[in-house]
Amino acid sequence: MGITELPAVQLLALLEEGTHSSRDITEEFLAVIARDDPNIGAFVRSDADAALIQADKIDKMRTAGKPVGPLGGIPVAIKDVLCTVDEVTSCGSRMLQEYRPPYDATSVSRLKKAGAIVIGKTNMDEFAMGCSTENSAFHPTLNPWNPEYVPGGSSGGAAACVAASMAPLSVGSDTGGSIRQPASHCGVVGLKPTYGRVSRYGLIAFGSSLDCVGPIARNVEDLAILLEVLAGPDEKDATSVQADVPDYLAACREPLEELKLGVVQEHFSEGLDPTVKQCVDQAIGQFKALGATVTNVQMPHSQYAIAAYYIIASSEASSNLARYDGAHYGYRASPSDTQSSRDLMSMYRDTRQMGFGAEVKRRIMLGTYALSAGYYDAYYLKALRTRRLIAQDFSEAFKNVDLLIGPVAPTPAFRIGEKVLDPLAMYLSDSYTVAANLSGLPAISIPCGRTEAGLPIGFQLQGPALSESKLLRAGNVYQQNTDWHLQTPAAQRQS
Amino acid sequence: MGLTRDEVEKIATLARLRLTADEATEMSSQLAQVLSYIQKLEEVNTEGVEPMAHAIEQVNVLADDVARESFPREAMLKNAPSRDEQCYRVPPVLGDR
Repeated sequence: MGITELPAVQLLALLEEGTHSSRDITEEFLAVIARDDPNIGAFVRSDADAALIQADKIDKMRTAGKPVGPLGGIPVAIKDVLCTVDEVTSCGSRMLQEYRPPYDATSVSRLKKAGAIVIGKTNMDEFAMGCSTENSAFHPTLNPWNPEYVPGGSSGGAAACVAASMAPLSVGSDTGGSIRQPASHCGVVGLKPTYGRVSRYGLIAFGSSLDCVGPIARNVEDLAILLEVLAGPDEKDATSVQADVPDYLAACREPLEELKLGVVQEHFSEGLDPTVKQCVDQAIGQFKALGATVTNVQMPHSQYAIAAYYIIASSEASSNLARYDGAHYGYRASPSDTQSSRDLMSMYRDTRQMGFGAEVKRRIMLGTYALSAGYYDAYYLKALRTRRLIAQDFSEAFKNVDLLIGPVAPTPAFRIGEKVLDPLAMYLSDSYTVAANLSGLPAISIPCGRTEAGLPIGFQLQGPALSESKLLRAGNVYQQNTDWHLQTPAAQRQS
Repeated sequence: MGLTRDEVEKIATLARLRLTADEATEMSSQLAQVLSYIQKLEEVNTEGVEPMAHAIEQVNVLADDVARESFPREAMLKNAPSRDEQCYRVPPVLGDR
């Protein structure tokens, strides 16, 4: 097994033992990017020279016996939704194709402080709106397990680069499933933390009451290390949770005691692919064998989660994306691009017509409609009331069980192009993931099988607010007893 | 439920979007499909349920009332599509050009 197939915990051990330098490790990952990314498209930008300069700096510090931070020398990929100071941050959009933010996102500054090597920015659906990464204004990302299939989305590049051994760790964002669903489709682990556990400062806004930054990795221990770096209160984000950050790695290594799992009945009904069901059932069986008690749980409002989510997320998006006006930063249509006269209104409308892709326009239209006079009560307020009922379903469930277990997505990865013309079918990919965002709860996606075509399938664990330690512990115990997370597309090709 | 072309145009104007004729036609049928799915919410009894605007409901996070450095003007203007020394430049806002 090559260096690039090792999890970050093992890479850190190599660095500490001194058998490898950060330069050695970073060069290996950069070589895989150079060789394979032209065929996968996980990255929108990767600056090898800049990465190696960072690596040399960390190596020097380590040699001099200075502290290098918990991720000292480890390459990390960053979804292009997170601002990196003076470096292009395009958010998958023509609108921000040349935007160089004047600041780092808090997640990015925490990674840098922890000694991480920023190896590149990953591809995504435009403004994180999508489930397949086909909505990127630049290029699609292909599934590393089978290039005829999507990697999921919107953090498709973030998940694909870990699966394809181009980075051991990567940071994504999850507004309705955008970390968990691509993690599931690419056979890696992904965690959507409790809302506010990780600062949103410098995360380009989509749905501000739903957006979460979170880690993607090969295994649960790596998630724990990365989450510990990302998490914590931030004075620059008034919605960040004021709670201490536990030692997640230690927590996830503790033995699992008396785990009570609930199975959401509504997630095993109509629309669930039989192979996904079989793999998730197997994972549930595994937990039982490990001593967990499993009971059925009803979530009567879960069937309304997608409808409520698409109203709320689109309403917030229509408001958030009003800032792209062609005046302050980002793209502005020039009069020569269009036939229209040059007044202020035309500048706004031409800029937004040319700068946004089809899906972003659809969401802005849907949100504007839902918030407009005459529809506000029927759509927006109705969705917010339903949201509370969905959150209450969770509170009820967690009176009797510790965590909920079920599928991440109704189907395995679908074919490229299959759902592009059918937005509603695409939206239903999020059926099992959006409820956690609406309720602000943490959830983790873990590989538990593969289809006949070799495509990975994941299961989801959801927990109460700030139960990340418990989710990680349960996930880690599962991985100690299974080997799905050890399989890689590269190994599959060799066998 | 459907959306007329006039309604689509009205929303596009509110959203400061411009749609081509083809986009407007496609948008009207796709939005109609999504809105008809969303009608599901009518089944939910939400009487007496408070709207939930935020996932983790917090109130009044206060910072100390102290003046602090903010970003320099140049850092903020650097990304402007059109500017002069101190300001963003836009087409005339009032009156004819």
